[in-house]
Amino acid sequence: MRATALAVAAAVATGFVALPVAGVLVRTPWSGFLDAVGSREARSAIGLSLATSLASAVLAVVLGLPLAWVLARRDFPGRRLVRAVVAVPMVLPPVVAGVALLGTFGRSNGIVGRALFEATGLQLTFSPLGVVVAQCFVALPFFVLSAEAGIAQVDRRYEDVAETLGARPGYVARAVVLRLAAPAVAAGAVLAWARALGEFGATITFAGNVEGRTQTLPLAVYLLLERDQGAAYALSAVLVGIAIAVLVLLRGRWLGVRR
Amino acid sequence: MARGAAAGLAAALLLSVPAVAADASPPTSSVMQTALKGTVTVSAAASLTDAFRDIASAFRRANPGVRVRTNFGSTSALVAQIEAGAPADVFASADLASQDWLVKSGHVVAAPRIFARNTMQIAVKPGNPLGVRSLADLPRLRTVALCGRTVPCGVYAASLLARANVVLAEDKVTRGADAKATLGAVSAGDADAAVVYATDVRAAGRSVAAVAVPRGSDIVAVYALSVVRGSQNRTAAQAFVNFVLSPSGRRILASHGFLAP
Repeated sequence: MRATALAVAAAVATGFVALPVAGVLVRTPWSGFLDAVGSREARSAIGLSLATSLASAVLAVVLGLPLAWVLARRDFPGRRLVRAVVAVPMVLPPVVAGVALLGTFGRSNGIVGRALFEATGLQLTFSPLGVVVAQCFVALPFFVLSAEAGIAQVDRRYEDVAETLGARPGYVARAVVLRLAAPAVAAGAVLAWARALGEFGATITFAGNVEGRTQTLPLAVYLLLERDQGAAYALSAVLVGIAIAVLVLLRGRWLGVRR
Repeated sequence: MARGAAAGLAAALLLSVPAVAADASPPTSSVMQTALKGTVTVSAAASLTDAFRDIASAFRRANPGVRVRTNFGSTSALVAQIEAGAPADVFASADLASQDWLVKSGHVVAAPRIFARNTMQIAVKPGNPLGVRSLADLPRLRTVALCGRTVPCGVYAASLLARANVVLAEDKVTRGADAKATLGAVSAGDADAAVVYATDVRAAGRSVAAVAVPRGSDIVAVYALSVVRGSQNRTAAQAFVNFVLSPSGRRILASHGFLAP
């Protein structure tokens, strides 16, 4: 009896997630799919989304790996505080993240952005670079927390052994720690990439909605929904497809390797 | 906020209800006898946000038994919501085309009523640092905020620009989801100018400056409202429509800068 109730509860939860995803695929007008995905606006959104999300993921790894390392391997006062601060974008509403970025990197009101513009003429808002900044801001914690957990799990004795055998610290870090932590680091990078790909609120708030420059796939879907629902569903199906591919990739390649 | 709307409210209602009864389908005489109850959900164009908040609270004061819920968004988004069956009792749009569309598809009760008009303006940063004087100055700016192409304020802006023979490269245009969001790109963000409703520029206060569009190339936005066919509370919905059309409703709209219909 109790087992049945549990199974029903589990089925309800599964359906709650699976139904809307299936709904996108059911409502997508497959006969007009290629037209919708092949339109100029859609193609530029897809291209921009892929380019900016990949750049954001790379940036998250470059910025996040040293931080993950420090959090996992160094004991210092305020470590928990640093970890909490880095996690903030995960719990912040993305629109608020966009407002925060405007207040920091905006050309007219940003505390850093104004100086940056006056010194270099560089404006992040309404530029693809601004999209990367917004995406990386929300995606970075996904990478840092995943990579940190992976590094922290590596048994320190392996490092000690390698060092007693004469390996230099840099080599130990690369050949021992990062190799053992690779599944978690890679999973973190993919999570960060997926989060960047789906980013909406921070992007439209901070980087705006300029076709070909800052109008990413989620923004295009949002605006198309009022104009051409079929096209909006088609582009949503593209995102659903990418999401499923990411999960398959994560399971087969990396999560399966982890014990 | 009330701007004296409460004064003479009862009288206004008395006046407005018979005035509209002629073309309103449900018999409105019963409205006067039984106190209105329930909830009215009003889906209104984003540019009506401030005016309809005031109208809603004035309507509540006149009808204490009624709860008014407001739902603001771009007219096109509201159309999509109503078509998808979202619960709404009153639909107020920033154009006539959306009303006609929903009348044809049977989603709203026939004969939408025009209740206000609006003009378009250029909004720039306070003090107009880039010296914008007319639409012809927009192409030399870095970023101009316009509403989405099919959103009424985007449609009006497009015909305004076309009439003035001004062409904006698409990579200079950031598209807001509705009129308020579009103006926000100037007031809170880094866009140099926006082409939005005069009422929105006025509501934004000192965070932006207005540059008038010269007469002649003027495009006038028309606001209309109707009762949604699927409404669960048609009596109260019709009463709200009547209230918007009443002198006190008009007074509130005028106080926010809307022009008389």
